[in-house]
This record gives sequence, structure tokens and C-alpha cells, in this order.
Amino acid sequence: MNQPSKNSSSGQSSDSGAGSGNGAGASHRTGRAPAGLPAITVDARAVEARAARFTRRSIKNEAKRAALAAAMSMVDLTTLEGMDTPGKVERLCRKALQPGLDPRLPRVAAVCVYPTFVAHARQVLEGSDVRVAAVATAFPSGQSFLDVRLDETRRTVDAGAHEIDMVIDRGAFLAGDHARVFDEIAATKEACGAAHLKVILETGELSTYDNVRTASDLAMRAGADFIKTSTGKIAPASTMPVCLVMAEAIRDHYRATGVQVGLKAAGGIRTSKQAWHYLVLIKETLGDAWLTPDWFRIGASSLVNDLLLQWERLDTGRYQSAVYFSND
Amino acid sequence: MSDFEVKEITPAAPTSVDGDARAARRREARTLLFGDLWEYAPAPESTAVVKVRERYEHFIGGRFVGGGEPMAVHNPATAEQISEIPAAGPDVVDRAVNAARAAFGPWSARPASERAKVLYHIGRMLQERARELAVLETLDNGKPIAETRDVDLPLAAAHFLYYAGWADKLDYAFPGVSPSPLGVAAQVIPWNFPLLMAAWKIAPALACGNTVVLKPAETTPLSASVLAEICAEAGVPDGVVNIVHGDGDTGRALVSHPGIDKVAFTGSTEVGRQIQRTLAGTDVRLTLELGGKGANIVFEDAALDQAVEGIVNGIWFNQGQVCCAGSRLLVQESVAETVLDKLRDRLATLRVGDPLDKNTDVGAINSAAQLERIADYVRIGQAEGAQMHQLACDLPDKGWFFAPTIFTHVAQSHRIAQEEIFGPVLAVQTFRTPDEAVELANNTPYGLSAGVWSDKGSKVFEMTRRLRAGIVWGNTFNQFDPASPFGGYKESGFGREGGRHGLLPYLRLR
Repeated sequence: MNQPSKNSSSGQSSDSGAGSGNGAGASHRTGRAPAGLPAITVDARAVEARAARFTRRSIKNEAKRAALAAAMSMVDLTTLEGMDTPGKVERLCRKALQPGLDPRLPRVAAVCVYPTFVAHARQVLEGSDVRVAAVATAFPSGQSFLDVRLDETRRTVDAGAHEIDMVIDRGAFLAGDHARVFDEIAATKEACGAAHLKVILETGELSTYDNVRTASDLAMRAGADFIKTSTGKIAPASTMPVCLVMAEAIRDHYRATGVQVGLKAAGGIRTSKQAWHYLVLIKETLGDAWLTPDWFRIGASSLVNDLLLQWERLDTGRYQSAVYFSND
Repeated sequence: MSDFEVKEITPAAPTSVDGDARAARRREARTLLFGDLWEYAPAPESTAVVKVRERYEHFIGGRFVGGGEPMAVHNPATAEQISEIPAAGPDVVDRAVNAARAAFGPWSARPASERAKVLYHIGRMLQERARELAVLETLDNGKPIAETRDVDLPLAAAHFLYYAGWADKLDYAFPGVSPSPLGVAAQVIPWNFPLLMAAWKIAPALACGNTVVLKPAETTPLSASVLAEICAEAGVPDGVVNIVHGDGDTGRALVSHPGIDKVAFTGSTEVGRQIQRTLAGTDVRLTLELGGKGANIVFEDAALDQAVEGIVNGIWFNQGQVCCAGSRLLVQESVAETVLDKLRDRLATLRVGDPLDKNTDVGAINSAAQLERIADYVRIGQAEGAQMHQLACDLPDKGWFFAPTIFTHVAQSHRIAQEEIFGPVLAVQTFRTPDEAVELANNTPYGLSAGVWSDKGSKVFEMTRRLRAGIVWGNTFNQFDPASPFGGYKESGFGREGGRHGLLPYLRLR
């Protein structure tokens, strides 16, 4: 493995100026897609109709119980607020380790925090297998100098993050400079070293399914371990049709290269029902190999308590009051 | 830039830094596993909403009446008898036609707004009783409850509501001429969409001021009987809608009855021919909606994942028992492998089984006879040398089920490419150019439906112009709307149902 040297970050920082900050623009090609990357189109109406069909699957009894447990195990429990504090992050980590009191319930997959809280989260989660994910690369806009973003990535990994959630430069993408987006993802992947890279496309800003598809293909070819819908800061965040387009891109990539890439749906998933709609989508598009926390994640916070609520209902037949579930 | 160099893009082989790790993840077989890691629990729709009667009768002159030898009605999902109907002989048909004749005068003389009101009422009652009728239709026909619930019932109601809107606007439908009703319409419908076909037939006929005698298929008579009940409750005067049960003999007696003014038939091309012979030389009007061998044409510039959905919807919707099914897939050779890989993956996710389960995608074949016919064609396809791929699934022990099937390496000379199978069997052919696609698509005695898949709008419109089919879908398939006319070219029949065009077969224009 070709770990980037420690020096490279400082070397780049010192080089950061208005001209070079976003990379060597002159050497970038511009255009619809990088050479050899066929622009795969998506029919909007048809993809929405297909996505709607997943929501009409009837999930009952044991299938529901399995879905609730699976969804819980796939959650990236997230706090990304300006008012985050070590205390808040610690509470989030405790919740991640023990979302509910029922011992049959799994813990969540990961916590997702800002880079400055990574070390603290690692400390709290010491000894558990809950991963620590951090949003790097000038989250959520990505509008900073490339060397700053790469430096942030390296320092976040050094602080102990298992997973880096980067944002793509939507400005560059929408300006048609796909090559730059590709290079930046590849560079961030390099900066990640052993850490897993999730590439946030921010589909709400990409606007069209065609763009989502192109960005997915770009990100996977540039080395993404996961592609992720949204930052959660932009509406709409994750939607079923968008996730379907991304899942189809992942499937095609796997077929073409044999490389399995994960999917993370983030933002707007608040109810258990939504969660199992996504599981249906994964089950029927990518198959069983993706139905694990290693390959599918749900970025959420309030979802956890709804999963608990539904879990309780399966046991008792009744909906419990919200006061019975911890708010952390 | 110091040590970070912007690299030239090398597609497909990313300059990955952890190539070894990636290689380890690479699997030999790049197949997707659609297994049972997370299995859906059974989700059967309750049958408590409907009470299937032991016996359903004819509906003549506003009353349910018997008459004729009993015929058994089966649930295709279990092959068990669930009810019975009497088979109407010539005497019963005669009574029904006479009742319709007697009711014609007063009904056609009613203010058009009154006819509209009645049709609206039927549409609304169908919506109110949708759940009951959906379950009944699934029990009777074998199609999945998800389809009766989401397609048959909403569309049946929509047809009544749509033609209710036309009833008092007929004077504006065809400017410059004045419309009047024909009289008594004899309507014979098939078993693949029992209630929906009844709605397609009855709604425009009544809107135009005609009265009807409708014969449902003998394997699917139940929902039409409930529709008769609804008509009576909705205020349709006695004799305006009459329903006679029975098989082909009853149908023959009906269409050859001297008291009718119009025949509307939906069914096989063979029977359509017989009817046309029967009516030759008479002044009875005729519309036929017959078989098809629809070509679903996928170009290399199509949105392929969505095209695959369209292929699935084209051939496995209603177990392929659809006259306008996309039973031939014409795929451009350059993307044939990709499309077939995707199609096989998608096929693997189809759920075949209990039609009452809300998660069932493919239900039961309507009758033992139809099942046998489908099996015959599959044997023919194999004997002709086409390559078969079938969904590996456990079919239920009882009932009439057939696994969704794809034939590749099919040539135009094969029977499975030429003849209507009316089942979940897809014949795949490839083409090289748009011209060749048109030639293949049109090289059939049928001309009911076609689909064109391309992201290039001009290509879709050009193909639409050149295809000899009554319905051409662009980047979709098997979509129906009451406002859109439906009908065929060549041996797929003549006349249009639906839309403003759908009024014409029921009107005399002067």
C-alpha cells in the first residue's frame, strides 16, 4: 500500500494559493464524462415507478423483526451540528453501543462525527467494534482548497477515523469538469490510506438522475469504497429513486470489474417503514451480498428510536410513548 | 503542486493505491445472489371481504335468473371449484337480447346528463367496493392481488368515470355531424382482465345511449356478476345491462342473434374470424380486439435498467396473458449481452406463487387448458433450437403455475417468434439497425402493440411512425389510460376502445 507521506500535507499546504488550491486546473480536461466513461442515462419516470414498487412490498411479522434488527445494525448514528460538544458526542457513542435495552438488538454500525471529535469518539468506543466515521473535505460544501481537504482527510485518519465521508465538488461537477472530480476523489482515497472512503455525491444538488449516475460511476472508478447520497444538509436528501440509480451503478460496476462497492443512504430516513423500503431496494437490486452493514449503511439519528418503537410493538402489540426511549 | 500530481484518467483501471486489497475483493464469479438472507414473511390478503357464492346467475332485465347447464368455476391458484354458473342456451340469450331491445328506447331517450350520472355512480361504487372486487378477481382469475388492487380496479373505475364525462358531450365529440346510438350491443370479453374488459365495453356503450348484452368468459364470470349488482344499485334501468354466462356456444348464439346492432369482441384471432364470417353481409357493426405478438424494441442508447423494467412489465405482467404483451424482445446486438444479464438478474427477483400474497409478482395461469398451451409452446421453442432460461423457483404443489421463461437465440422463422403464446414466455431476438428493427417488428400477422426504448426522442417518434401497431409505447410498456385509444392493425383486429375514438363504434353519425 502506498501510504502518502506525512510531509505531503504540509508540502501542499504551503503551496495553497488561489491559483493552485483547487488543483492544477489547466491540465484538466472538461466535458461530459472522462474519456472512456460512457454517459449512462436514466429514465426519470421509469426509475421513480420502479422505486415506488419497492415501497409496496408488504413486510410482516418475522420479516419485519429481521428488517428492524438489520436496519439497526446498519445505522451510522450521526451528529453533525455546529453545537456538537465532547459531551454530546460521548452520549451519541453510548447510544450507539446500546441503542435499546433489549439484548437481542444489535448495536449500530458506526458513529459519524466531525473530524475534531474523532479521537474522543474512539476513546468512548474503545473495545467495541462500532466504527468511527468522520466527514472530512470541507463538509458539507466541499468548497475549499484541495490541499486543505486532503490535509483534513489525512489528519482525520491520523486521529483514528475508520471511515472518511468525503463530499465531491458539486461546483466542478456541474461545471462539467468531471475529470477534476475524479482526480480529487482519487487523491482523497490515497489520503485515506487504510481508512474506508465514502464518497458523498450530494444528490439533492446534482439534481438529475443522469448526474447521479455519472457521479456514481466517477466515484467508483476513482476508488470509492462506498458511495453515499447526501450530507443531510440539503433537501432533498436520500430518496428511493436516487438510491436505486446508485445501486444500479454499483451493480454494473461489480459486473464489469468484480469490485464490490457499498451504498450509504443518508438524510431523511426517519421511520422504520422507510428503512425497510431501502432494504427491499437493496435485496431486489443488489442481492444478499449487500444486505450487511459492510455494504449498506443508513445515515440517520432519529431513525434509531423509531426502530425501537416498532421493535417494542412487535413484542407487545402496542406503541409505547416516546418517553420510554432515550433521546441521545 | 509538490508531490501530488494530477493523473491522467485511466478509465476502468483506476490508479488505486491499494490494488492488492481490491484484487482480494474481486470475485471470480461476478454474479448477484438473490437468496433468502432476508425472506419476506407471507402477506396474504384477507378473503373475509368477499363471500363467493355457490352459484352466480345470468342478469337479465334487472333480475338474476337461472337457465342452462351448470359449469364449474375454478380458482386457478388451487385448481379447486369455487362456484358455478349456468351456460346460457339460445333461449336465455334470446331473453337477454329482447330485454336489451325493450330497454333501448327509454334509455336512449333519457337526458344525456342522466346517463352520465349513472355512469359516475358505477365508477364510484367500483371504487368503494374495490377491495372486495380485487380479491374476487384474484380468486377467479389467478392474477396477483397487487395487480387487481393497483391496476384492474382503478382502471375499471376510471373507464366509467371517463365515459361518464363524454355522455352529455357527444354533440361536441365529432363536430359537424350528429351522433345517435346504435341499439343493442353484444359484447364478448376474455378472461385475462375480466372486470376491466367489462368496463371497457359497457362504459362507452352506455355513455352513447346503447343497451348491452355482455358475455364474460366462462372461466372468469364472477366479477361481472358483481358489476351487474352494482349497475342495478347505481340506477341503471332494467334491461340496459344484461349479462349471460356460458362458453363459446353461448357466444355464438349471442353474436348471431338477429336482434343485435353491434358486436364488440375481445379475444382470440381465431374466434374473431368466425364472428366476422357470421356477420358478413349483415348491417351489424363489428369491432374486434384480437391477439398480438408485440415487439419491445431496445436500442443501445436506451436507459437500459429502465428498459429492463419495461421488458419485465411487458411480458410478466398478468403472467403474460395480455393481448398487447411485449412477447418479443428486439434488442440491439451491441447491448444484447448487457440487457440479457440485467434481465436474468431481474428475473431472479420475481416472486411466483399465491396470487393472494401481496408480495407475489407472478400468479397463476388462468386455466389448465391455457397452462397446457403454454407448456406446448415451450416444448416447441426447445425443439426449434432456441435456448431456454427459466426462473428457478418452487412452484406451488397445486394450481396452475408456470415459471417465467426467456428464450434466446430465437429466429424470425421460429413459431415462438410468430405465434401468440399468451403466457409468461419471452422470445428474444437481436437487430443491428433501426431499419432492421422495424422490419422484424412489422414482420408478423399481428399489429397490436410495440415498445421503443431510446433516450433519443427523435428516434422514438420516427420508430412510432414506422411501426404497424395500434399502440406504441415510448420508454414504457403496458400503460393504460381511459383517455387513450387502444386497438390493433392487421390480424389484431379493428376499431378502437378508449378515448374519444372509443365512442365511434357505438354511434351512428349523420
